Amino acid sequence: MSETEAEATAAWPQRALLAWLQNVGEVFILLGSTLREIPSGARKVGLVVTQMEAVGLGSMPLTVIVALFTGAVAAVQASYQFRDYVPMIYLGTVIGKSVVIELGPVLTALVVGGRVSAAIAAELGTMRVTEQVDAMETLGISPIRYLVVPRFLATIIMLPILTIFADMVAILGGYLVAVLTLDVSSHTFTSGLRLYFKVQDVFSGLIKAFFFGMIIATMGCHYGLRSEGGAEGVGEATTRAVVASCLLILIVDYLLASFLFRVLFA
Amino acid sequence: MPETAIRFEGVRKRLGAKDVLQGVDLSVPRGECLVVIGRSGSGKSVLLKHVIGLLLPDRGTVLVNGVDIASLDDEQLLEVREGMGMLFQSGALFDSMTVGENVGLALREHTPLGEPQIEMIVSEKLALVGLTGTELHRPSSLSGGMKKRAALARALAMNPKTMLYDEPTTGLDPITADVINRLIRRLQERLGITSIVVTHDMRSAYHVADRIAMLHEGRIHAVGTPAEIQATQDPVVRQFITGSSEGPLLPT
Repeated sequence: MSETEAEATAAWPQRALLAWLQNVGEVFILLGSTLREIPSGARKVGLVVTQMEAVGLGSMPLTVIVALFTGAVAAVQASYQFRDYVPMIYLGTVIGKSVVIELGPVLTALVVGGRVSAAIAAELGTMRVTEQVDAMETLGISPIRYLVVPRFLATIIMLPILTIFADMVAILGGYLVAVLTLDVSSHTFTSGLRLYFKVQDVFSGLIKAFFFGMIIATMGCHYGLRSEGGAEGVGEATTRAVVASCLLILIVDYLLASFLFRVLFA
Repeated sequence: MPETAIRFEGVRKRLGAKDVLQGVDLSVPRGECLVVIGRSGSGKSVLLKHVIGLLLPDRGTVLVNGVDIASLDDEQLLEVREGMGMLFQSGALFDSMTVGENVGLALREHTPLGEPQIEMIVSEKLALVGLTGTELHRPSSLSGGMKKRAALARALAMNPKTMLYDEPTTGLDPITADVINRLIRRLQERLGITSIVVTHDMRSAYHVADRIAMLHEGRIHAVGTPAEIQATQDPVVRQFITGSSEGPLLPT
């Protein structure tokens, strides 16, 4: 190995670390400016509503299908594990709890995150590489206020709403499978559902959904706005936005769960 | 001596691994139309983007009306930009909006004008660039030349004091190019707009310029009136303006 190659190899981890830190720094700067611009960006009601339709209504069919089958499979798996050990009255309890605390918010966020962060990154990325973002700045219009804030607000509002739908549909899915195929009576299932039901469980799920919404919008906007180099760059930005959203959703899920159930609701 | 509208002082900019600007010194008096010529990739667009703060210099300063662009915060920069218009090489129309919405966007965002007045200004600006009645068209349905003219109407919507043109005639047929050249000249003569035009179209350069500056190897290689530039004996400038492949400039 020559000296220059050795230098290059030695410098690689440092360069990668620096690039990663710069990326993280840029995300926080974007998040900071977005939060600062919310009061002025929120006045653009029309833009926010358009984005809410795209994020919320657009994701509804996907969310419903995912939730329905999530509830259904939860019922099948739980009844299999309960057999001979746990009374079936707890089937409703375990489905209800696991759906509102974990499955509803996380699976909705992963599915919507894939769809929405990709859409945001692709749209803003195309605007960036075709100089539309620059053009907006030259017109004295802040892209953060005009492009990022409406998408950010729409996502943090719609994700908890989608999660509420997902919770209901998933429980319905579990109920249908339990009653129609597992010989569990409707009364047993609903009694179990009410047993140990805590409103704070639902809230914890919605708090998670709110933060997942922040992640999805921020990653989509971040990678979209920094994309460069034409179609290839936009494609790469889109992929990165989806991967980063999904990873962060799972990591933040753990952090939030630790905080909510070990500190706040302990 | 006329007041300086735009001034570059020792501006250096590195993009990726390339030193694009290596100490640019240049000043544009108020009301002048300065044409910057240079080869593709010589940093002309980069230079232009420094005026409006889309890029900030690594070293040196860019002064607009005596104010250092790099010293402004976001809000102040947006205010400075309201007094400027920029025509992008590709037009850069917002493709999610109609032509009319593109042209009227800045008016809707920055002025208290009502919808009828905005619509009036929009049709007036579109008429100015020869695109009467295209308000409801989508940018995707326009030809390249029409896109550029619509983008020019958008840049002019706020009656800017300074106009920046990035390759305004590239890709246009000679007749449309002449329409744009005359328009640039007219705006500058009648309204006293300070303009910087970046181009490698020499016909356009001679038509619109008060002065021509050549950007070469990251610096201003030569500045002069169109007559001076045409008469120069400098081999680099001569080769460029005559469009010869023989000389000190090698084909890229």
